[in-house]
Amino acid sequence: MNIARIKRRRRILFLLLGFSALSISGTLILLATRDSIIYFYSPTELLNKNNIENKLIRIGGLVKTGTLKRKENLKINFVVEDGKNEIKVEYQGILPDLFREGQGVICEGKVIKNNIFSAYKILAKHDENYMPPEVADALKKSGKWREGENN
Amino acid sequence: MIKVLNYYANPGRFRRLSEKMYPWSLGLTIIFLLLGLWFALFNSPPDYQQGETVRIMYVHVPSAWMSLFIYSAMTIFSIFSLIWKHPMADLLCKSSAPIGACFTLIALVTGSIWGKPTWGTWWVWDARLTSVFILFLIYMGLIGLVRAIDDQVKSARACAILTLMCAIIIPFIKFSVDYWNTLHQPASIIRAGGPSIHHEMLIPLFLMAVSFMIFYFSFVLLNAQTELYQRRLKAIFIKNVEDKK
Repeated sequence: MNIARIKRRRRILFLLLGFSALSISGTLILLATRDSIIYFYSPTELLNKNNIENKLIRIGGLVKTGTLKRKENLKINFVVEDGKNEIKVEYQGILPDLFREGQGVICEGKVIKNNIFSAYKILAKHDENYMPPEVADALKKSGKWREGENN
Repeated sequence: MIKVLNYYANPGRFRRLSEKMYPWSLGLTIIFLLLGLWFALFNSPPDYQQGETVRIMYVHVPSAWMSLFIYSAMTIFSIFSLIWKHPMADLLCKSSAPIGACFTLIALVTGSIWGKPTWGTWWVWDARLTSVFILFLIYMGLIGLVRAIDDQVKSARACAILTLMCAIIIPFIKFSVDYWNTLHQPASIIRAGGPSIHHEMLIPLFLMAVSFMIFYFSFVLLNAQTELYQRRLKAIFIKNVEDKK
């Protein structure tokens, strides 16, 4: 084996070692800090947290169908659910266009009382499905529509 | 394959080949872009939820794909540059960075414009948006680094090493929407169970993606040609100065 090949082999080995060390350490850091990287808690994740009362947090999930109540002065109440657990949300203010029942939503605010969340900001989350309105109507008619299933 | 790669390690041969290919690929870019824009703006349906706003997707999504694709290409060029010391790999890596930075910026800006009407906010610091912003900073850092070192060999090596070190951001961006809760929705095209976009919307999306891809191809060749001419000018200039001594 000539020198050039030995050197090249050493470079390949060095790169492989360096790259795997970097990616393993990076993955470990990201796994360990998941809590501070996630943008919002689901209602189920919220249940497992302590000391969150009156701290600024975000929760996310689906607006439960049939729970949206509009009151005077742009005040609204609704329930956010993730399929397993749910939490009541209060909010006063302007809503994004996509906000509606059955739609994904992210609320920024505080847990004020047992299982009541006071939001001061609401963001609509849209799912990864894109289709023309006629197709959506046809799906709804044929009963193949699965509201918010993929959120 | 290795024979071909070795053949085009010669800058002159590489430049002649790229000069032959450039006008064709530029023409193809324009054809696909016009076709894609026509489908995107006039010949595709509005979305059932977002209405006409969905048309931002046809610029936003292909740009975001390109920002990831160009970085992946640069990673491969860097491996070739570090292990096999291929001179054209350095050149292509250096030429790709500004194009990648532009596509990342387009993805960030169009995403922000899209976010306001759909999500209700211009910007949030969730895992997807933040990691794409970091990718933009990495591109800028690479552009700066490669131009900060005068020695060609040293600057190429520094650029290749930094490219490889930061390559971990690519899987991070791809999987950020699946693993961390983000405001950004999960993937629509490359996901288990096939694309979740209606086929009439896929046509403009793919046409735009193809045109952006060939755009990258033509402009990386153009950048590389310019760089090769600059190097030759520099060599001629140095030779003249030394001759006069």
